[in-house]
Amino acid sequence: MVERRPLNQPRSSLGKDLVGLEGLTSEQILTILNTAEPFKEISERRIKKVPVLRGKTIVNLFFEPSTRTLVSFEFAEKRLSADTVNISSSGSSMVKGETLVDTARNLEAMRIDMVVMRHGSSGAAKFLAERIDSSVINAGDGSHEHPTQALLDMLTIRDHYGKIEGLKICLVGDILHSRVARSNIYGLLSLGAQVAVCGPKTLLPLGIGELGVTVFSRVEEAIQWADVLNVLRLQLERMEGGFLPSLREYNQVWGVSRARLEEAPKDLLILHPGPMNRGVEIDSDVADGPHAMILQQVTNGVAVRMAVLYLLAGGAPDTAEAAKEGVEV
Amino acid sequence: MSGALLIRGGRVVDPSQSIDEIRDVLVVDGVLAEVAQGIDPPEGAREIEAKGLVVTPGLIDVHVHLREPGGEHKETIATGARAAAAGGFTAVCAMPNTDPVVDDPAGVGFVLAQGVAAGAARVYPVGAISVGQEGKRLAAIGEMVGAGAVGITDDGNPVMDSGLMRRAMEYAQAFDIPVADHPEDLGLSGVGVMNEGLVATRLGLHGKPNASEDVHIVRDLMLADLTGGRIHLQHVSTAYGVEAIRLAKARGVRVTAEATPHHLILTDERVEGFDTHAKMNPPLRSSEDREAVREGLADGTLDVFATDHAPHHYDEKEQAFADAPNGIVGLETALGLGLTHLVGEGLIDLPTLIHRMSVGPADAFGLPGGTLAPGSPGDVTIIDPEEAWTVDREVFLSKSHNTPFHGWELKGRALFTIVGGVVVWQAGA
Repeated sequence: MVERRPLNQPRSSLGKDLVGLEGLTSEQILTILNTAEPFKEISERRIKKVPVLRGKTIVNLFFEPSTRTLVSFEFAEKRLSADTVNISSSGSSMVKGETLVDTARNLEAMRIDMVVMRHGSSGAAKFLAERIDSSVINAGDGSHEHPTQALLDMLTIRDHYGKIEGLKICLVGDILHSRVARSNIYGLLSLGAQVAVCGPKTLLPLGIGELGVTVFSRVEEAIQWADVLNVLRLQLERMEGGFLPSLREYNQVWGVSRARLEEAPKDLLILHPGPMNRGVEIDSDVADGPHAMILQQVTNGVAVRMAVLYLLAGGAPDTAEAAKEGVEV
Repeated sequence: MSGALLIRGGRVVDPSQSIDEIRDVLVVDGVLAEVAQGIDPPEGAREIEAKGLVVTPGLIDVHVHLREPGGEHKETIATGARAAAAGGFTAVCAMPNTDPVVDDPAGVGFVLAQGVAAGAARVYPVGAISVGQEGKRLAAIGEMVGAGAVGITDDGNPVMDSGLMRRAMEYAQAFDIPVADHPEDLGLSGVGVMNEGLVATRLGLHGKPNASEDVHIVRDLMLADLTGGRIHLQHVSTAYGVEAIRLAKARGVRVTAEATPHHLILTDERVEGFDTHAKMNPPLRSSEDREAVREGLADGTLDVFATDHAPHHYDEKEQAFADAPNGIVGLETALGLGLTHLVGEGLIDLPTLIHRMSVGPADAFGLPGGTLAPGSPGDVTIIDPEEAWTVDREVFLSKSHNTPFHGWELKGRALFTIVGGVVVWQAGA
């Protein structure tokens, strides 16, 4: 057994890892959102870099293809001055048959501080977190959780409404396969929002209602009810599994269109985690319309990930403002 | 095998003869000679003092995966047969889903020979239903029975073609063997890796509905009714499945069925935290299902307590949940779990548990043994029902340690396992 260096000595208010929002307290979630606020400004500077994580080594370990999440994490890490390495599944030793445990242990033997992981299997982030000393940030594990996506969604909603509590938020689309949906459900319920899901029953997991969410089978009902629609990406291969007859039919029945939104009793905020299938789950005139927060979500994604990195590295929430000006963690 | 063995003064529990009394048991030349009070020891007989102990027919597990040939890093027939003996089993039925599949008389002969060489629990081969377990055409069923197979099954890769299943049930009748089925509609199971329900929904794991098992249980019962064949339903885990079997038995369908220790004791809550030692097929179900399986075992709808012993190398289970293989080892924990959690909790009495572990399985597969009747094989298990012990996977004789019961405190275990009059395992020896 290789002797392990005690890493991450200053234990953060979040614990060692961020594997999901289930199990986090509302205080912990609010701490992340509040910590993200001062970090937003860094990305607006001419020189977008502060030395908060100088000397920290972070590996972005992506076993599934990702552009948006990987780039967002990498910007967050670099703007905090961490040293980063990206490993993607193609060309990595994973495709040469190395197990997840061995990959992680090898990385840790190089003395890294954090791993940001995207993996196709639910539970992979927790699995890794239990086996290495480095902090693990879940960048999406199977259909389980994608906590930073839900955090940036919540930050975007809060930016607009000034609160989360009491708002009605409906997730529309493929809930069954969606880690974004689960993280949103856990986080939003924790913060006191009312949450609903809407989609064809083939894409709603059994017992979803028992999590404390309302279930709508028709998007028109969801639009009547909600303050916010979070429109999920429909994986184009879902027809293969017999979940749907066609993309055209999906758009006709569950697509978020301007005509449907005009029937709403109030203006709805529209979120989408991307990448969008225009003309499938969301129509272009909605995606490009005044209530779509899609690009704001992307901007907030960097700030939220900076906050998570900062907190897991042991940074104190109340010194985030000072940290921006050159204090290292 | 020559010589005599006298087991004195134990509580003899033999459900096949409705015996539950203090008796002596005499085995001569490997065969049960007598069960009576005050038997005089023959000249030179070995004696075992069994006062305070329970003496039963040798226990039988009709559902084990011994992995040889092809998976010897997980288990061999020798290590599996020794693990069986250590768990109190005098005989096991080895499933054919090895590599290569046991689908011809040579494969059957290999398993038999390795079993004899092991010199521990008896190993009865079960052959495949279809060539390569591919579900396309019948394997050499008659030849395999001629070589020593006691049943057929495509366990691990269930027969989806109901027409082929019907033919198997018809054809097997000439040899009076059961067709054993792992009832599962693979289309309904899809990419599921655990029970479909709230736990799966929360964890983001794909679920297998009860219906994926129920559809094939009902199909098999209908086919048994149609053909008059014998169906043995493996590891029944659902409430609906138990009820369907109960109704079929009342109709006179020739069906026997199993319950496993894990489906009788655990639920899908155990998957919490993505524990791969709670991953098996069929999956751990809801508490309502567990209750129904317990009732089924108690009222005899489920005739057999079987482990589905499924060894896997430790690093195969050391993966993300969806990527890990199904199954847990069971041979060395089944008796203790049954005594502690079924008998100890008052679900069934001791003779009923022994029934489900001796004459129940013997009848299901037409095996010799399962009884202490004179003339039967001299297979006996001697149990200390009071011994408290802690499950320690590190001391298993099985090559694999994949159990969700590690660290559990149990009461009752086998002290002697006797096969053909020979002590093949003795606790602490």
